[in-house]
Amino acid sequence: MAYTEEELKKELETKEYEYGFYTDIESETFPKGLNEETVIAISKRKNEPDWMLEWRINAFNAWKKMEEPDWANINYKRPDYQDISYYSAPKKKEKYKSLDEVDPELIETFNKLGISIDEQKKLSGVAVDIVMDSVSVATTFRDTLEKKGIIFCSISDAIKEHPELVKKYLGTVIPPKDNFFAALNSAVFSDGSFCYIPKGVKCPMELSTYFRINQAGTGQFERTLVIADKGSYVSYLEGCTAPSRDENQLHAACVELIALDDAEIKYSTVQNWYPGDKHGNGGVFNFVTKRGICHKNSKISWTQVETGSAITWKYPSCILKGNNSIGEFYSIAVTNNFQQADTGTKMIHIGKNTKSTIISKGISAGKSQNSYRGLVRVNPGAKNARNFSQCDSLLMGNSCGAHTFPYIEAKNNSAQIEHEATTSKIGEDQIFYCNQRGIDTEKAIALIVNGFSKEVLNKLPMEFAVEAQKLLEISLEGSVG
Amino acid sequence: MLEINNLHASVDGKQILKGIDLKVSSGEVHAIMGPNGSGKSTLSTVIAGHEDFEIDKGEILFEDEDLIDFNTEERAHKGIFLSFQYPVEIPGVTVTNFIKTSINQMRKANGLDEMPANVMLKKIREKSDLLKIDSKFLSRSLNEGFSGGEKKRNEIFQMAMLEPKLAILDETDSGLDIDALKIVANGVNMLRNDDTAVVLITHYQRLLDYIVPDFVHVLSDGKIVKSGNKNLAIELEAKGYDWVK
Repeated sequence: MAYTEEELKKELETKEYEYGFYTDIESETFPKGLNEETVIAISKRKNEPDWMLEWRINAFNAWKKMEEPDWANINYKRPDYQDISYYSAPKKKEKYKSLDEVDPELIETFNKLGISIDEQKKLSGVAVDIVMDSVSVATTFRDTLEKKGIIFCSISDAIKEHPELVKKYLGTVIPPKDNFFAALNSAVFSDGSFCYIPKGVKCPMELSTYFRINQAGTGQFERTLVIADKGSYVSYLEGCTAPSRDENQLHAACVELIALDDAEIKYSTVQNWYPGDKHGNGGVFNFVTKRGICHKNSKISWTQVETGSAITWKYPSCILKGNNSIGEFYSIAVTNNFQQADTGTKMIHIGKNTKSTIISKGISAGKSQNSYRGLVRVNPGAKNARNFSQCDSLLMGNSCGAHTFPYIEAKNNSAQIEHEATTSKIGEDQIFYCNQRGIDTEKAIALIVNGFSKEVLNKLPMEFAVEAQKLLEISLEGSVG
Repeated sequence: MLEINNLHASVDGKQILKGIDLKVSSGEVHAIMGPNGSGKSTLSTVIAGHEDFEIDKGEILFEDEDLIDFNTEERAHKGIFLSFQYPVEIPGVTVTNFIKTSINQMRKANGLDEMPANVMLKKIREKSDLLKIDSKFLSRSLNEGFSGGEKKRNEIFQMAMLEPKLAILDETDSGLDIDALKIVANGVNMLRNDDTAVVLITHYQRLLDYIVPDFVHVLSDGKIVKSGNKNLAIELEAKGYDWVK
C-alpha cells in the first residue's frame, strides 16, 4: 500500500509500549513527601556512615534554595516534589547470593524485558547489576571481577565497603549544587552502581546496570560512579524500562565518570522509560545529569539511544582537563506522540590538544519535539583543541519538530571547530520503493531509521546494538491498520 | 501471466491511461515504446500498485488473480518486480543489507525460512560477478552518490537476486553507456526462460538490439495504438513516433 503522511501518523500513534507491565512484588515504600527527616530516614535505612548523611543534608539544603530550570525546549507540568515517595524497596531485605534465591516474579520480569540474566551470563559474559525501584537486586560476576581487583557493586555497598574511594570522588564531577536535579539526587539517591577499575586493568567484560521503576508514585534517583584508574579500560552499559502508568514518574539520576591518565571509559545507554500513551498521558520525566572528567591522554565516549520518557532532559558531557584527552558523544534520540526531548552534550576543552566528536541523530514522529542542545567550549589554555559536530534530524509527518541549539565558545584562536547539520524526511517514494521490493511499511521505516542511525549504532557494543535496533523499531512502528 | 483489460487509470483526477489491453505470457519479452508523456511509466507504476494512481475502469490480472485486491508488497511477493526509472536513495543502508532484507521479507511472505547467510553470500557473489559489480559497491549506501549507470545496474542486480516471475524494466537503458547497456542486457537475458516474462519500457530502440523482444507495442496518449514484432521498433526508429499517432 502506498503511504501517505496521514497513514504514517496514524500508524505511529497506534504503537503500544511493549514493556508496559507491572510486577507484583511486595515492597516497602516510604510515605510521600520530602523534608530533612526523609533524607535522614533514607540514610538510616541504608545504614550509612555519618559523613554520607552530612553530604546528603548539605545537598538537600542547597536544593531547597534552588529553582527548577526552565531554559530547555520542553513543556510539562512541574512535578509536586511533596507528592512523591523517595524510597521503595522490594521487601526481602537480604541480598541474594545467587540467582536461585531471587524472587521468581522478578526473574519473570527480566525475562519479559528480554534480558534473561542466565542467558546473558552464558552467552555474553555481561556482569549485571539490577536496580529495581531503588534497591540494587543482584550483581552477578562479582567474584570474577574481584580477582582482577575490579570493584562493581551497588553504590550503597561501596559507601560501606570502599568509603575512601567514594569520599574521594563522589560529587567531584557533578558537585551536589551543580543544578536543581543533581542537588535533589544528591540528597535522596537511594541506590545505583559503583565501579572501580584498578591501574592498568582492562575490564574483561561489559559491565551492565538495568534500571526499572516499578512502584507507583515513586521517584527513582540512582547515582552511578565509575572510576577508571591510570591506564585502565572499561565498557559500561546502562538500560532502563518502566511499566506504563497514567501518572508521570520522576527519574533524576546522576552519573559521574572519572578517567584518570591514559584510561578509557565507554559508557552506553539504552533508555526506554515509559513514554506516555498516544494522548500524552503518563510517562517518565527523565532529568539526568551525566558528566565525565578526562585526565591526561584519557578518553570518554558517551553513546546513548534514547527512545523513551515523556520528557528527556539530558546532556552527557566531558570535561577535557588533561592534555591530549578525547571526548566523544554519539546519540540517537527518538520522539513519538507527545514526547519531548532536549538532549545533547557539553564538551569543555581545558587541556592542550584535546579533541571532541559529537554525532547526534534526532528522529521525530507524531506531535513530538526533539531538540539537540550542545556546547563546545574551548578555554584560553586549550591550545590546538579540535571539535567536530554533526547533528542530523529525521522527520516523520508534519506535526513534529526538530530543533538544533549549538553553542560554541572559542577562547583560543588555535581551535578548530566544525559543525554540520542536516534535516530530512522519510519520503513516500522511499516507502514505495521498499514495498515494491516486498518490504512492508513497518520494516521499511525500521530499515530507513536504522540506516539513518548507523554511525551511532555502530558505536554500541554488539549485544546492545541488536537490542537498540529492536527498540528503534518498537518505538516507531505499530501494526499497519 | 499478465492480462490487462481496458485499463483506465488517473492521478489527481487527471486521466493518463485510457483503455490499455495487453497480454503477456510466460517466456515472452514485450517492449512498450512511446513518446514522453504517453503513459509508459504510469502503466508500470499502476501494475506495481502505487496508491496515488486510481484505477477507474478495467482490470489487471496476474496469474488469473485481480491485482486490485493486493497492495504493493503483496504484488512483489507474488513475483512482480519493477526496475525503477529513478531508484531512490536510502542513506546508511548498504546494497547488501537492502537485498538481504528484501529477499528475506519475500521468503517470509511465502512461508519460507530466512535464507542462510552462506547461501545468500554465494548468491550475491554469483550475481554480482555476472553483472560485473565490484564487491566494494555492495557495501555502499543504497543509490547514495551512485551514477545513473550504477543505479540501473543495481536495479538489475536486485532483479537477478530476486528472480521474479514478471520483471518490468522502466527506462532501464537511460543513463547507460554502451558497455553498461550490454552488461545490463546480458543480465536480463540470463533471467529469460519459459517461466518468466519481461516488459521493457523504453523510449529508444537501442536496448532492443541487445534484448530482442517478441512483441513491440506503441503507447500514445494512454492507449496502445500499434503492436507488432521487433521490426516495428526498427520502423519506429526510422519514422519517428508521429508516424503512429
